[in-house]
Amino acid sequence: MSDATISLAPEKELVHETGHAEAEVRIPLVTGGKTVHDVSADIAGRVEQKPTLTWMLAMAVSLGLLLIGGYAVAITLWDGIGMWGLNKTVGWAWDITNFVWWVGIGHAGTLISAVLLLFRQRWRMSINRASEAMTIFAVICAAMFPVLHMGRPWLGFYWALPLPNTFGSLWVNFNSPLLWDVFAISTYFSVSLVFWYIGLIPDFATIRDRATNKISKVIYGALSFGWTGGAKTWAHYETVSLVLAGLATPLVLSVHTIVSFDFATSVIPGWHTTIFPPYFVAGAIFSGFAMVLTLLLVTRKVYKLEDYITIQHIEMMNIVIIVTGSIVGIAYITEFFIAWYSGVEAEQYAFINRATGPYRWAYWSMMTCNVISPQLFWFKKIRTNLAATFIISIIVNIGMWFERFVIIVTSLHRDFLPSSWAMFYPTMYDIGVYVFTFGLFFTAFFLFAKFFPVINMAEVKSIIKATGEKKSAN
Amino acid sequence: MKETKTYWKGIEQLENTPEFQQRASKEFPEYLPINDSENGEPSRRDFLKMMGFGVAAVSLAACEAPVRKAIPYVNKPVDVDPGIPNYYATTYAMGNDVSSVVVKTREGRPIKIEGNELSKLNQGGTSTQMESSVLSLYDQERLQNPKIGGEDTDWDTIDNRIKNELAANGGKISILSYSNCSPSTARAVQALNDKYGNVEHIQYDPVSFSGLLDAYESATGARMLPLHDFSAASTMVSFGADFLGSWPNKSLISKQFASTRKLEGGKKEMSRLYSFESNLSLTGSNADYRKPIKPSEQGQYIANLYNLLASKAGVNTIGIGKVQDPVLLEKAASDLWRTRGKSLVVSSSNDVNVQLIVIAINDLLGSYGSTIDLSKSVNTRKGSDASVAKLISDVKGGQVGTVIFYNCNPAYDHVMGQNLISSLGKVKTTISTSDRMDETASSVKYVTPDHHYLESWNDFEAVTGHYSLSQPTIQNIFNTRQVQDSFLRWSDVNTSYYDFIREGWSELSADDFESFWKKTLHDGSYDAETSAESLSVSVDATVVGSNIKSNGGGMELSIYSNYSVGDGVQANNPWLQEMPDPITKACWENYFTVSLAEAMEKGWIVKGGDMDYKVATLTVNGTSVTAPVIPQPGQAYGTVGLALGYGRTKAGKVADGVGVNAYQLISASSSGLSYNVSNVTFEVSEQVSKVAQTQTSQTYSGRETVVQEATLKEYQKDPQAGRYMPKISAASGEKLKPYAVSLWKGHEYNNHHWGMIVDLNSCTGCGTCTVACQTENNIPVVGKEEVLNRREMHWIRIDRYYSSRPENEYTDADRAMMKQKQPELPEIENPEVTFQPMMCQQCNSAPCETVCPVAATTHSTEGLNQMTYNRCIGTRYCANNCPYKVRRFNWFKYHDNEKFDKNLAMNNDLGKMVLNPDVTVRARGVMEKCTFCVQRIQAGKLEAKNEGRRPVDGEVQTACAKSCPSDALVFGDMKDPESKISKTLKLNYNEKMKSVEAKEDRAYHVLEELRVMPNIWYLTKIRNKDTNDKLEA
Repeated sequence: MSDATISLAPEKELVHETGHAEAEVRIPLVTGGKTVHDVSADIAGRVEQKPTLTWMLAMAVSLGLLLIGGYAVAITLWDGIGMWGLNKTVGWAWDITNFVWWVGIGHAGTLISAVLLLFRQRWRMSINRASEAMTIFAVICAAMFPVLHMGRPWLGFYWALPLPNTFGSLWVNFNSPLLWDVFAISTYFSVSLVFWYIGLIPDFATIRDRATNKISKVIYGALSFGWTGGAKTWAHYETVSLVLAGLATPLVLSVHTIVSFDFATSVIPGWHTTIFPPYFVAGAIFSGFAMVLTLLLVTRKVYKLEDYITIQHIEMMNIVIIVTGSIVGIAYITEFFIAWYSGVEAEQYAFINRATGPYRWAYWSMMTCNVISPQLFWFKKIRTNLAATFIISIIVNIGMWFERFVIIVTSLHRDFLPSSWAMFYPTMYDIGVYVFTFGLFFTAFFLFAKFFPVINMAEVKSIIKATGEKKSAN
Repeated sequence: MKETKTYWKGIEQLENTPEFQQRASKEFPEYLPINDSENGEPSRRDFLKMMGFGVAAVSLAACEAPVRKAIPYVNKPVDVDPGIPNYYATTYAMGNDVSSVVVKTREGRPIKIEGNELSKLNQGGTSTQMESSVLSLYDQERLQNPKIGGEDTDWDTIDNRIKNELAANGGKISILSYSNCSPSTARAVQALNDKYGNVEHIQYDPVSFSGLLDAYESATGARMLPLHDFSAASTMVSFGADFLGSWPNKSLISKQFASTRKLEGGKKEMSRLYSFESNLSLTGSNADYRKPIKPSEQGQYIANLYNLLASKAGVNTIGIGKVQDPVLLEKAASDLWRTRGKSLVVSSSNDVNVQLIVIAINDLLGSYGSTIDLSKSVNTRKGSDASVAKLISDVKGGQVGTVIFYNCNPAYDHVMGQNLISSLGKVKTTISTSDRMDETASSVKYVTPDHHYLESWNDFEAVTGHYSLSQPTIQNIFNTRQVQDSFLRWSDVNTSYYDFIREGWSELSADDFESFWKKTLHDGSYDAETSAESLSVSVDATVVGSNIKSNGGGMELSIYSNYSVGDGVQANNPWLQEMPDPITKACWENYFTVSLAEAMEKGWIVKGGDMDYKVATLTVNGTSVTAPVIPQPGQAYGTVGLALGYGRTKAGKVADGVGVNAYQLISASSSGLSYNVSNVTFEVSEQVSKVAQTQTSQTYSGRETVVQEATLKEYQKDPQAGRYMPKISAASGEKLKPYAVSLWKGHEYNNHHWGMIVDLNSCTGCGTCTVACQTENNIPVVGKEEVLNRREMHWIRIDRYYSSRPENEYTDADRAMMKQKQPELPEIENPEVTFQPMMCQQCNSAPCETVCPVAATTHSTEGLNQMTYNRCIGTRYCANNCPYKVRRFNWFKYHDNEKFDKNLAMNNDLGKMVLNPDVTVRARGVMEKCTFCVQRIQAGKLEAKNEGRRPVDGEVQTACAKSCPSDALVFGDMKDPESKISKTLKLNYNEKMKSVEAKEDRAYHVLEELRVMPNIWYLTKIRNKDTNDKLEA
């Protein structure tokens, strides 16, 4: 079955009374002739078994990163952000680069689960759980930076909220894109979290029901909120999923649009660009899918989930990467065209400086990683090759980090008055704080991979072929 | 209602037995084990009690605030009101510089120095050193007691020992000091002479004017530096003389010079300055025409200029070879000749012969009586190189019994100082009056520390007939004593120096001395009617000219004093150390400046370096110094410049080890000191060192919107010459001025609308405003490392840009040269220089205001963009979005932080006394920027309000505008049609657009096209150049 060709044509669907759709003739999304029981055993089994050595090693590395990075975070908080390489000219650099990068990565999860749910793309079912988890952790990592980059985070983390206060008429500034960020990110995070958790409930219930020891029973019992699996419950569940998907979909577009406003509404040449919202959203999906691929390729291998996350899944995601990567590439070129077309001297210089100035290495790294490397996926051989996909997925995320760095640092370091032109050099604390978020991300992800079902069992069970007929093919 | 019934709670109460009554009186019905435990073990309750007490005690102890004693006045002095500043006129005197100033004191402590407008010698401007001197008062490293052999002692002991030794010592009593212009000090020295006899007072200047003084002695009979009046000059030619940067009275000279450059009220003429020099000096960078020449060529150039003028005047010329490229010199000569009577030639040479030719030139040009006043001598430069040399030989010869180093530090700032110090063994008594254990004081027996000038009584006659008084503005902080009091004490004159001064002054006023004294003390200065001695000069140039030698050859060193640290007297002042040099924009050390062309040719540049410079070793007669090499556009090929004032070893923690001492490289010969040394060994190593600079991009990249300039010829034809008029396209395709359309409603200003003019033409780029602002606004000093990290905190900076002829005037050779060299620096040999003061532009549509998430930066009803530090959370979005990059962030805690201990004003209790109590010391993590000195605006408004009137124009002044020695900054209310700013700019209020329009043709906004609508107006820079000049720029 696995050698079947893939059709990208919309599938003709049958809608059963149960509410979920099934194609008349379709390539199976789950291979290996899995039965419903196999699904539970494969996925929940991972949760039930003792931690493996590989997992413990991976966890140790993540905790190590968390510790090393934690030192950098602590010093930053204790001594001030002067520990970073920022200066009078470049007021944001790694901090906001990392912020936008992590937020971008956090886009794929919701896109996969919400948008693809609405579009009834059922290939999402094996990957949505892990990508949603990734989203949540990435957004947590991203949210570290707006707080850490503040001069006075001990005040800033709540002064930036429109809280009623006793200071008189003290209120936040609704003109500021940073305030919009506060709303955008917190909304996105809450909706993503709720969506993810609702999806987890039936699976928690499965684990609860399978649990053999008391502790698991109690914990997963509590986590499953008394899920009974009754038809009514399922009906409610599906409605809530749809409603949340509806809510989350505009957020996929809004979050990065609003993040891009931080730059687009400013006066700085290289920032002051109306193309930013679509360009940022495309870039976010681009980097999010790349990150999902990076993580899933490893999870798939380690947890032997090849039958659930098939080459087809990977190929689909690679196609999304080509599309978004090309959008981003066109955006880069458009920026240059508009800079020339605008006739604005400072704008023109900003772009010439990007490509030929002291940070040209960052610019050309970005171009190579983001525009050229995904084009390799036009070759089917490459887009269905696991090693190539893994390498390119990492390259894309390096490229996307550089994109944000290029936008932020090269625009700031040489703006209007040449007298203030300056360079930015990162310190070990800039790097350390970034490492900290990696530690945080992977620690959270490994905990998730061990204790939570990494694949949505309930949904996957709905797309495996009828049990009996597949048994023989196995 | 009367209570008739009995309500009982229970049977017991009804029965009311004795047992019940006993129990009812108890709070708890059961037996309570309060303070006994049968077996002597502590009970649970005891434990709780002990715990409770312990926790309470510990937390109380932790809550206790540190005790800080503030002793209130029992009887409030009449003239001290908390919160209200008092101003006293006094005289700034540091090293050999003297100037009349006004001191602002708050609650009895001086916090700010300002110029004294009543003084003809000051006229209201200051200099960086004057502004900084208030911090030197609170320097913890000043001596706190007199010292004998390095040990603290008391005044009686030291006085007795000194008096005994003075009486017992044979030989001369030699007092060595910088130039002294205090008449009463001279009398105090005389008193010492009366008592002991054989007292000689030898004076020297760290930057010697000896050659010039000797030349005047030879030409006029009087050893003097006559008062130059730059305001009367139409054509000025300077040969290496940095009169704006290092001459005595430089703030006055700046004012005079700037007055000839102003083009206000439709004026179409301005002065022209030619400069022939080796280092690019502050003066040279303000020149209309400048030519880099080697120091050794100066004599020849001056002689050639004499010859050119002599042939015009028809007198004999000097027999000397023509200079290689006389084009610019000829042009200068013809301009000088054309404007004779309004011409002025000055030179930095310390060679008598060269200065004699300069005198002859000025004589030919009729400068005496017009631009040079021979009846007035500048008394702050009287030093004689020869007499210092004689002192050393006397000391070596054992003829000197006592040496008193009166506030001077020859061990550091005289090339022969070490020679003198090492032979002090032959002197029985050595005394220093230094305020710190400096290089000299640490090698003498007795140190009798002097007061700071702000603690002293004194008088000065800085220029003949111009007197000024010094009065204490604070009780002496340490156990110091004024030198003059010491002299009087040692002479057994039992009068205080104060009375002694008054005694001397009684001669100046015939009638009613008391009111004369009070008025002078109040005004700070007194200009006497001088009976001008009619001196005349006589120089036989042809004879003197034959003595002019050119000792050129090899690499030539040119030693200069810069505008920040200057001669190094105040080197331990962090404000000066962090003040960037006006030209190189480097701070916290000195360095070699070399020709950029030479550096490129010889590979002295670190490729791709960011403030990275190669390190070189320069050797003169066996003395080597090692410093970084900065390639300097405008530096003459084959020369190397090095600033004085650095390389202190015993000045204090700020100055020690910063830079290298250039004084030791000065060449001393029988004819005096020479600040130019030929044939030096200059070896550039591959070692790289970082020099902290506040600006590293050298040109304005042709951005006409930033610097708008024109030549005088163009300006005469079209007053709008050089203006950049951006247009924006409306939807209709119509081209509009940027301010014609807006999405914003704009701000309404019903009362005041503050604004400022920055006249690029009169700004000399000195940077006094930077230090004045630092003083006024409690701006932290961050130190070299943080400047390297580009985090200096200055609220106002001077952007310095190099530029050159327009590209279409390049020759093919130029282009070929450009190809090989950095494209950013088209005409590297000798660029034009523009200075642009840059501070918060107080935009009316401020980009910073919209982006702050917490509204910490907002717009005031008077047009100010204001920062609320308390509200700031430090996102730095405002700084990113500021097109002028004037916002400064507190990356660290700069106060009470030992990592920033060089920030003296915020890191010790004494230093903190200099802080302006009206301005918050900002916390770590908040943004700050120029506030338009809002505290001064408020104070001015309050004062006017108390008197029931509106503030008068000029009453409210920002610190920068107030300090500006060239009046380039004009602050005022744009709503007041009578204000100077409104009149100069010919302002027109557009109520509909809520914008202000300036009808003045030269007025522009930097980055007008952004439509941020600043309240700072720049006036175009006009260079007095003839257009299409094929001369060297």
